[in-house]
Amino acid sequence: MSVEISETLTFECETGNYHTFCPISCVSWLYQKIEDSFFLVIGTKTCGYFLQNTLGVMIFAEPRYAMAELEEGDISAQLNDYEELKRLCIRIKKDRNPNVIIWIGTCTTEIIKMDLEGMAPKLEYEIGIPIVVARANGLDYASTQGEDTVLAAMAHRCLEQESFVRERNGTIQELVEYGDHPPLTLFGSLPSNVASQLNLELRRQSVKVSGWLPAHRYTHLPSLGDGVYVCGVNPFLGRTATTLVRRERCRLIGAPFPIGPDGTRAWIEKICPVFDIETQGLEEREKRTWESLKDYISLVRGKSVFFMGDNLLEVSLARFLIRCGMIVYEIGIPYMDKRYQAAELALLRDTCIKMCVPIPRIVEKPDNYNQIRRMRELQPDLVITGMAHADPLEARGMNTKWSVEFTFAQIHGFANARNVLELVTRPLRRNDDLEDLGRTRKDRVKINCKLGSIL
Amino acid sequence: MRLAYWMYAGPAHIGTLRVASSFKNVHAIMHAPLGDDYFNVMRSMLERERDFAPVTASIVDRHVLARGSREKVVDNILRKEKEERPDLIILTPTCTSSILQEDLQNFANRASRISDSNVIFANVDHYQVNELQAADRTLEQVVQYYLDRFHGQETLDQSLTDVPSANIIGIFTLGFHSQHDCRELRRLLRDLDIKINQVIPEGGSIKDLKNLPKAWFNLVPYREVGLMTAMYLEKKFGMPYVSTTPMGFVDMAECIQQIQRNVNTLASISSNKRVDYEPYIDEQTRFVSRAAWFSRSIDCQNLTGKETVVFGDATHAALITKMLTREMGIHVSCAGTYCKHDAEWFKEQIQGFCDKILITDDHAEVGDMIARVEPSAIFGTQMERHIGKRLDIPCGVISSPVHIQNFPLGYRPFLGYEGTNQIADLVYNSFALGMEDHLLDLFGGHDTKEIMTRSLSTGIGLIWDPESRLELNKIPHFVRNKVKRKIERFAQQKGIVNITVEVMCAAREVLST
Repeated sequence: MSVEISETLTFECETGNYHTFCPISCVSWLYQKIEDSFFLVIGTKTCGYFLQNTLGVMIFAEPRYAMAELEEGDISAQLNDYEELKRLCIRIKKDRNPNVIIWIGTCTTEIIKMDLEGMAPKLEYEIGIPIVVARANGLDYASTQGEDTVLAAMAHRCLEQESFVRERNGTIQELVEYGDHPPLTLFGSLPSNVASQLNLELRRQSVKVSGWLPAHRYTHLPSLGDGVYVCGVNPFLGRTATTLVRRERCRLIGAPFPIGPDGTRAWIEKICPVFDIETQGLEEREKRTWESLKDYISLVRGKSVFFMGDNLLEVSLARFLIRCGMIVYEIGIPYMDKRYQAAELALLRDTCIKMCVPIPRIVEKPDNYNQIRRMRELQPDLVITGMAHADPLEARGMNTKWSVEFTFAQIHGFANARNVLELVTRPLRRNDDLEDLGRTRKDRVKINCKLGSIL
Repeated sequence: MRLAYWMYAGPAHIGTLRVASSFKNVHAIMHAPLGDDYFNVMRSMLERERDFAPVTASIVDRHVLARGSREKVVDNILRKEKEERPDLIILTPTCTSSILQEDLQNFANRASRISDSNVIFANVDHYQVNELQAADRTLEQVVQYYLDRFHGQETLDQSLTDVPSANIIGIFTLGFHSQHDCRELRRLLRDLDIKINQVIPEGGSIKDLKNLPKAWFNLVPYREVGLMTAMYLEKKFGMPYVSTTPMGFVDMAECIQQIQRNVNTLASISSNKRVDYEPYIDEQTRFVSRAAWFSRSIDCQNLTGKETVVFGDATHAALITKMLTREMGIHVSCAGTYCKHDAEWFKEQIQGFCDKILITDDHAEVGDMIARVEPSAIFGTQMERHIGKRLDIPCGVISSPVHIQNFPLGYRPFLGYEGTNQIADLVYNSFALGMEDHLLDLFGGHDTKEIMTRSLSTGIGLIWDPESRLELNKIPHFVRNKVKRKIERFAQQKGIVNITVEVMCAAREVLST
């Protein structure tokens, strides 16, 4: 499939000088998702200050995460890593009593080659709490990929699917409701009500979701193994997918991601045939959702977007926005897993053909400086960008939206398509409202001059 | 290793970046992995900067780890030189580069030979110094680099300005109210007929640094940053400096008197007329500033002997402690700072102004202390504000680290005579609110509360099944009731009695459109 795509989609790769969040930022949503977990980030002041400054208010709410701050003695190996970690983990056990401690390895632990994977099982045995190790460092990964490393590590802790038969028998009522199909596990961390919505969406098609990776508690991890089907809900989970297939011998359903009504429908339509189920009423449901989005779509139709790229949701969002009638100039993305995203890329291509727009360039490892130059030429109506560039771009007359909001907002499924458009149209609506104030009006000519002086 | 949930001072490179991005046309290149450029986010978010932060990274990735940076750092410096034409490029080490032990100094030297921009390597070690110390050092390093160059070329003009003049050293980006303080200091010096020679680093130009020695003296408003530069200038050029922070009446007067001494010493040499600032101090204190009268007013009488705790950076914590005790009659039970490196100065400053002194950078220790003391109000950083929230004690924020609300758009200096007004407001409001709270407690809260909740209850005769009740509990508590009411209203409209998860989802879909 990927061969076929590459004939029509073009991928470019730039210098990788772009702004993104460090992948350790995933602790911010994962600790809230997995209620009985404790995340220990083993790194330096630099990591700690990042979490503190980007997660702002959450820090003060007695979070279930902390830094194991490495000091000079740790770096120069004057202190014994194992003893130090043991001391901290015992304290965490005493203070919080979590069901799992997740060690997040950072750049520093990579560079000094701290053997976290080696120490974890020993310590786990000694203190009696599972310890999962994820290397979510900035040397290898970008922003949301942090979650990917955590889930991939957690996949190893899922039980073998032994109770397969027993579970399949279930209650008679369940059998009637769902029919009889092999277990399906979904992977990707979503707020629990969004997860429920997707469960329900599949239940409508008589597909039963037997588990989620991650579940809301570590003790509720799904069982995996031969014969279990898995499907991803987010585009940045390539490693997790690979782990599930190779190590856990699950079968991966390659599908576009359930973002936007088109994506959600395509996602369900890929899952159902696997279980020999014919979808029912999906087309109608998609149509109804589009209808409810009419007011927003009239705002965005014909407008252009530029994704600077920093959280890997870009392709799915671009595909949805193209379907809404927008023109996408560029899809910047930190990393493109062409195999895992194959179905999504195919849908992007089909959507472009359907909407009669050229297929946007996909730029891997973008160079922000070059991108700003291109933006000066293209003058997009909306730039989706990281926090570092948003205000400077606004000051130069661009409408911008923080990309990180898409990571935290509820954007999956039919019901949440509206949230995506709410975010996308907000800068347009706000700036339209302010248009009449002469002093804040945006003057395209001026922008050119000003950008010129910066570049 | 230490278990840390929160830190008061950031890592060293943040200090260097703050100095670099405060100067005009100076660019910093960090030797760092992807994602370490969050300084740009802080600057763009907190300061609401309109310009791109002049900070980029020379990214350390797997390849660099395996083979070293080789040409990468030099290439990145040269590229930035072509793109932005900065006067100076500061190569900034991070925690990562300090373990990799690459010879960054060598890269800087090589690049500076080829590049039109000056290139220096910031001499700060992640494991030795924190953000504030690093900022202090980097500022000194930059000033020294340029003055030594001009000195060496003997193109340095050391003649003093004709009229009394001063440099203000240590105003820079992301500082606590420092933009406002800077404006207030300018006003103060203008009132005293003293010309501002230069303000560094904020808005300063590298090219003007050679004129620093023309000033009669240096003013260093904050203890944390600028002192090293002032000491260097004193040693090298015999420039005197005033480092008394002009915060509160007493220290304001002390600061102005020191300025007077410095001006008069040089005036006698250059046969200028001597100055006498005493009438100015008197007039300002008694008539212009409203805070002096405020502390005599009956309102402030109510604050007498109230217990407080003060915590922050050395400058703000020390000065606020002195102000509270000396100028408002408030009892400071404990004063502390996280500037461990400056503990001696801090202790000396507040000796006799408080019962106890706490030097720590562990917020849990501060929290425990506050819980023990149970003060009527806290004056601290954002962290203490949150501790206060948990303990139901009001808190005024007087020092970094801070949130966006501490970068106000309005004029809010902490220094100078206007600063005393601002601080008086802050102190008074913290206490007054505390008092109001107590009264509310005493009378059982606002009396409208019960009526409001009664009228809002709608869920009569509705049954939530266990699954949907579970689902409801997953909704964050601060919106839960609102969502619950909406769903119940939806169910009633539809004539549904049993609320299931499906009903909830359907309600959400309808309500969200």
